[in-house]
Amino acid sequence: MDEFWRAILTAASMIWEFDAGLWEIIGLSLRVSLTATLIAALIGLPLGALIALGRFPGRRLLIVIFNALMGLPPVVVGLIVYLLLSRAGPFGVFNLLFTPTAMVIAQIILVLPIIISLSREILETLWGEYQEALRSLGAAPGQALVILLWDGRAMLITALLAGFGRAVAEVGAVMIVGGNIDHVTRVMTTSITLEASKGNLSMALGLGIVLLVLSFAISIGAHGFRHISNVRQPV
Amino acid sequence: MNAPRQILPVTLTKVSLRRGKKMVLKEIDCRFDAVPARTLIIGPNGAGKSLLLRVCHGIVAPDLGQVRWAGETDPRALARSQGMVFQRPVLLRRSTRGNIDLALKIHGLDAAQRRRRVAEALERTGLSRLAGTPARALSFGEQQRLALARAMALRPRVLFLDEPTANLDPAAAHLVEEIVRDMSEAGVKIIMTSHDLNQARRLAQEVIFLHRGRIKERAPADRFFAGPKNDLARAFLNGELLWWRRRSVYDGVGGKSADEMGIDRP
Repeated sequence: MDEFWRAILTAASMIWEFDAGLWEIIGLSLRVSLTATLIAALIGLPLGALIALGRFPGRRLLIVIFNALMGLPPVVVGLIVYLLLSRAGPFGVFNLLFTPTAMVIAQIILVLPIIISLSREILETLWGEYQEALRSLGAAPGQALVILLWDGRAMLITALLAGFGRAVAEVGAVMIVGGNIDHVTRVMTTSITLEASKGNLSMALGLGIVLLVLSFAISIGAHGFRHISNVRQPV
Repeated sequence: MNAPRQILPVTLTKVSLRRGKKMVLKEIDCRFDAVPARTLIIGPNGAGKSLLLRVCHGIVAPDLGQVRWAGETDPRALARSQGMVFQRPVLLRRSTRGNIDLALKIHGLDAAQRRRRVAEALERTGLSRLAGTPARALSFGEQQRLALARAMALRPRVLFLDEPTANLDPAAAHLVEEIVRDMSEAGVKIIMTSHDLNQARRLAQEVIFLHRGRIKERAPADRFFAGPKNDLARAFLNGELLWWRRRSVYDGVGGKSADEMGIDRP
């Protein structure tokens, strides 16, 4: 228990002193994971909508595949992206390995199935409810989609949060493709792993606590948004 | 776009609909004109009333046969000339006002027209003071009135109503009936299902009796209620249980087989 309190003190003092190294790590973590989530959302929401509303051969198979990919092991994704980006790999010429861009790519692959599957589920349920009414009102497919996205916004934000949670918390992929290089690709999870393996447990726990606080802050922010968007009805 | 195009007559030719393995509508031929203004489709549960209404409205495509709206076969071409009120109101996650406004927006009306029509529809259905309330927080009766207000604001040429008062208390049902009557007097063709015979007596000018996916009788309301020709319709009016009745004609009556009479074997 001693260790734990020391860790909290370490964390508190690091935050209190505005430790530059710590903030650099936090900043990179957020930048990488937010970028990955944003890009995955831009790809995943339309795809989720397409699978939810579209009727085409192979649709069921696609649903099963994306559901399965939600459990994709980060280390495996890291390994595959590593092979693709390494000098001998097909994308080696871009020199992306061990850069934040490589980490973003790996996290997009991890987050995408979550956003696709959850948004598909959400939109499909909502469509089931609205379908007849929207068809009766004579809504064009584009109009119907906008209405579904808007009315499902609170649930869709939760799906994005789940995606971001996965990105910011994973260590396997960013470790392999980023390499945990100080000042370049070191993020919160990789430095926790490093500190723990060095035996510097209080530092590792301190970082862990910062990570937790961050997660809470983002979740509270999103909840606030949901609350506001639920209370303030559009005219 | 603001003045809905005429869509009558609505004509069904040999319309059949399958749900699973079961035929729920069987070779229905019928035609709806502007007169009489209020047609009620009645029949026991499972007769296919709701599905017939959806096929007429163009939101369910028949498996066989054809539906035409003023000669047009594409349901989307004239979707904006017709409205529908469902048995369970489907309201969007928006305010009461927002629900009507959105429907008008889909129909391409400008802001000034929308404001006027929203106010008018809310006023007529007695929902004005609930304009800003989230639609899904309304009581069931209020939700159904909102669904009716939404359909009304679109000024359809034909309004379909699927058991609109099935879950309402008498006062709310009365208001709905009154609005429906007003609309029909203003020139809107009403096609409505009901299993409430008293309601049918109050509203109908013409009755279609549907049983097991077939139209068994179609007659002016006064003649129908005075004494229907069809024995199943007569039994239905007398409050008899139709599946008991069916057993007596099951093996055929008067030399006709059950199939010829359009009676299904269980």
